[in-house]
Amino acid sequence: MRGPLVVSTRLSRVTPNRWDVVAVPLVLGVLAVIAVGAHQVAAPLEVLQKTPVSLDVGNLPDYALRTTLRMLAALAASLFFTLVYGALAAKSRRAELILIPILDVLQSVPILGFISFTIVMFIRMFPGSTLGPESAAVFAIFTSQAWNMAFSFYQSLRTIPKDLDEACRGFHLSAWQRFWRLEVPFAMPGLIWNMMMSMSGGWFFVVASEAISVGDQTYTLPGIGSYVALAIADKDLGAVGWAVLAMLVVIVAYDQLLFRPLVAWAEKFRFEQTAAQIAPKSWVLDLLQRSRFIELALSPAGSLIRQARRFRLPAPKLPAMPVQRWLSPALTDWLWYAGVAAIGLYGAWRLFDFIRASLGFSDLVQALELGLITLVRVLILIALASAIWVPVGVWIGLRPKIAQWAQPIAQFLAAFPANLLFPVAVVVIVRFDLNTDIWLSPLMILGTQWYILFNVIAGATAFPNDLKEVAANFDMRGWKWWTRVILPGIFPYYITGAITASGGSWNASIVTEIVAWGSTTLRAHGLGAYIAQATTAGDYPRIMLGIAVMSGFVILLNRGFWRRLYVLSERRLRLD
Amino acid sequence: MMSTTSPLLLQAKSVCQAFPKAGGGEVVVLENVDLSLRQGEVVSLLGRSGSGKSTLLRIVSGLIKPTSGGVVVNGQPVQGCVRGVAMVFQSFALFPWLTVLENVEFGLEALGVPETEMRHRALAAIDLIGLDGYESAYPKEISGGMRQRVGFARAIVVHPNILLMDEPFSALDVLTAETLRTDFLELWAEGKMPIKSVLMVTHNIEEAVLMSDRILVFSSNPGRVASEIRVDIPQPRSRLDPSFRALVDRIYGVMTQKSAGQARETLGGHISGAGIAMIMPRVSSNQLAGLMEAVAGPPYNGKADLPAIATLLQMDADDLFPIAEVLQLLHFAELAEGDIRLTDIGRRFVDAEIDARKRLFAECSLAHVPLIAHIKRVLDERPSHRAPFSRFLEELEDHTTEEHARQNLRAAIGWGRYGEIFSYDDDGDSFSLENPT
Repeated sequence: MRGPLVVSTRLSRVTPNRWDVVAVPLVLGVLAVIAVGAHQVAAPLEVLQKTPVSLDVGNLPDYALRTTLRMLAALAASLFFTLVYGALAAKSRRAELILIPILDVLQSVPILGFISFTIVMFIRMFPGSTLGPESAAVFAIFTSQAWNMAFSFYQSLRTIPKDLDEACRGFHLSAWQRFWRLEVPFAMPGLIWNMMMSMSGGWFFVVASEAISVGDQTYTLPGIGSYVALAIADKDLGAVGWAVLAMLVVIVAYDQLLFRPLVAWAEKFRFEQTAAQIAPKSWVLDLLQRSRFIELALSPAGSLIRQARRFRLPAPKLPAMPVQRWLSPALTDWLWYAGVAAIGLYGAWRLFDFIRASLGFSDLVQALELGLITLVRVLILIALASAIWVPVGVWIGLRPKIAQWAQPIAQFLAAFPANLLFPVAVVVIVRFDLNTDIWLSPLMILGTQWYILFNVIAGATAFPNDLKEVAANFDMRGWKWWTRVILPGIFPYYITGAITASGGSWNASIVTEIVAWGSTTLRAHGLGAYIAQATTAGDYPRIMLGIAVMSGFVILLNRGFWRRLYVLSERRLRLD
Repeated sequence: MMSTTSPLLLQAKSVCQAFPKAGGGEVVVLENVDLSLRQGEVVSLLGRSGSGKSTLLRIVSGLIKPTSGGVVVNGQPVQGCVRGVAMVFQSFALFPWLTVLENVEFGLEALGVPETEMRHRALAAIDLIGLDGYESAYPKEISGGMRQRVGFARAIVVHPNILLMDEPFSALDVLTAETLRTDFLELWAEGKMPIKSVLMVTHNIEEAVLMSDRILVFSSNPGRVASEIRVDIPQPRSRLDPSFRALVDRIYGVMTQKSAGQARETLGGHISGAGIAMIMPRVSSNQLAGLMEAVAGPPYNGKADLPAIATLLQMDADDLFPIAEVLQLLHFAELAEGDIRLTDIGRRFVDAEIDARKRLFAECSLAHVPLIAHIKRVLDERPSHRAPFSRFLEELEDHTTEEHARQNLRAAIGWGRYGEIFSYDDDGDSFSLENPT
């Protein structure tokens, strides 16, 4: 149904690869600079008030609320970032050349790896206040949400229909009016869908970012994530159960109260001129729209918005720049590229310098080896998950009645933070004394496999009826039916799901390759465990090295494998 | 209601428009176009697609800046989007997230008209244009005809001196288009719309004759005014009126005459650069065969009047002309004075079986379509008998825009496949001489 929207915002555009050469070191270089700063202020912060988290179930609603608010704050920040960054990238050619590759790289950087830097940075920004760790947690969620939203917005702005653009210009809209009248509404459906997807991913990170140990410092924010962390330390499986329940309630509430209404509302911004056969519905939206009281309460806000919309933000009339007289556009371009390249080189040098100071060539080889192990793990897990969920998804998708209720469940499972369930797995592994290198691996894909399932369901549901009838008419069945009919039919959807699952698994490796239960710590070999251990030890050069290597692996996998498959599927196998 | 002494609302002088080519140089879209519009006039710009008439409309409105030449609207030189003109779009260009009323208010809101006045004017326009009762509907809920009425209401509500219309009825079905045209002409005749003159782009010859006081017929590549025709038939006009039919015939003649001349020009030169870059419309072999069969069959028996056959086949002139021109290019038919006549080869094609038809088609394509002959020669010369798409694309881009280059190659692939002259592998983006066995 709407599966492919997600990736259409991420991968349909082939980025100018040479800019990655600049973007990768630039992003990582900035991180290195932050890390250096963080390293220098590793002085203890006794002032930070530590709110003791207790396992009392009565506290859970409060914790759940705190977690929810963090999510909301991050979402608001992501939205703001999206509107500014996306608009900038879409409207300035020079900005676009650098902003878009940076976004692409940021999507591939393992977020969990650099929580340790950001937390120290934020604590320094707000000394003696819980605002520091709070901001760090919000920032971590932000980094898991913002990129694909910004991509979606940028992509929408680039595809604004020409006639609407001309109507806006012909009717003399100012840039400000145009932004709110045309650009934001046009981008709305894609943006909201991506917000929802971002939210799904966000729960995982909010849980992971509430209780963070960096070096000998532990920062614990009241929330479901720290509640679980404490339960793990105390080996309290019952408390884990309560946390799972609380999370369930929060996700359902978010979905029903925020996203269903938004999706139903955004339906009117869909550009197709024909009405959709099945318009998304939301009881909350119906309630809000039909309530007189709400209407009355909102009307001042409405008129305020109308006023703001009518406002003609006077476009700053820039005086014709004298510079342009002696600077040809080509030369300006050249200067711009050179400047960007210089910054990129500086970043790369800082990164290299930072890592070289304490690490040698053998460390790099070690990180690469571990990366290879994690890569093998990711590929095997995606293959396994596909082998299981593709047939299941097809089976469900071809039966509309079952798909109708299975689809929301699959989406819910994708949103559920799998890290809440890790303790259960650890207990089992310890009990049966299983090989951690093998049996910790499934945890990586525990949360992300559902993306494969629900995209395949969507694909099978959307599979055209006439093609099904042709296959039945010619009595095509068994293996042939799979390879000639249904697999090519759902391939674009499957790729969408698999890309999301693959990206999520890399990130998850940081919290799944090393898992604790009370005083027991289970460890698998891999790059994720390497980064996690370095984080616990406060070993910044190793964290940096680990992140750089992992980003490299993710980018190579995306460019060399997933994007090729995606382009192939777009070109050959799209059914519409 | 108009005379040569009416005030001049719009004047365009030697307007040129050119776009840079991929391989350097320029592609000229409009060449030295003069245009004037007086108060009380309806003027049509009639031409084939690619004649630059829509571009001219956008230059007049200020949406596009001309490469050279100037436009004066309401006494002001056009720089950026001008006040006092409003546009009706072929695709309606309604905002799906705004209701009918909000769409109509759109232009007023941008101008900062006070809310009560805005509402008053919008409702008046809705009333005038026959949209009462639809105020709170969203565009996707209403039919195409109603959507275009919203487009009209949105344009006239800002009280423009000049109403610009870009093929306003061509996205509608025949019946709906006729109703809207009639309603529009009635409102115009009664002077109920707050507009002073109309400039309309169309490719429909009858529509132009039905609605305009003056018709400027454009030729293509580059766009030029080929002829200016004054329509003196009193309104309301009837399509069955002999003077109406005579005028339609005359315009068909003007339009085919021009294209016949152009085809001769390109055929004269051999496989020169201009030859392979000659614009090849995307016309399928089925359409070619279909038109030839229609002309060959009774009552025409090999010679037909183009307007008559257009009516018979229920085709617009714009759809019919490219097919007829390709037939002329392949020497299957000849065009003259609004008539199409099959040649001997054309008659042989009609009488032949599938394989013989393909052979004839291949022969004629190789003889008369420079690009196809060129591709075949390159493939013959190469030991592997394979050549990538990009090789020809780059070569064509030296002579024309990338878009045209792609269009020509796509057309060549289609004809080459039908004539079994060469095959094309879309996975490998390459031409070759062998077919899958």
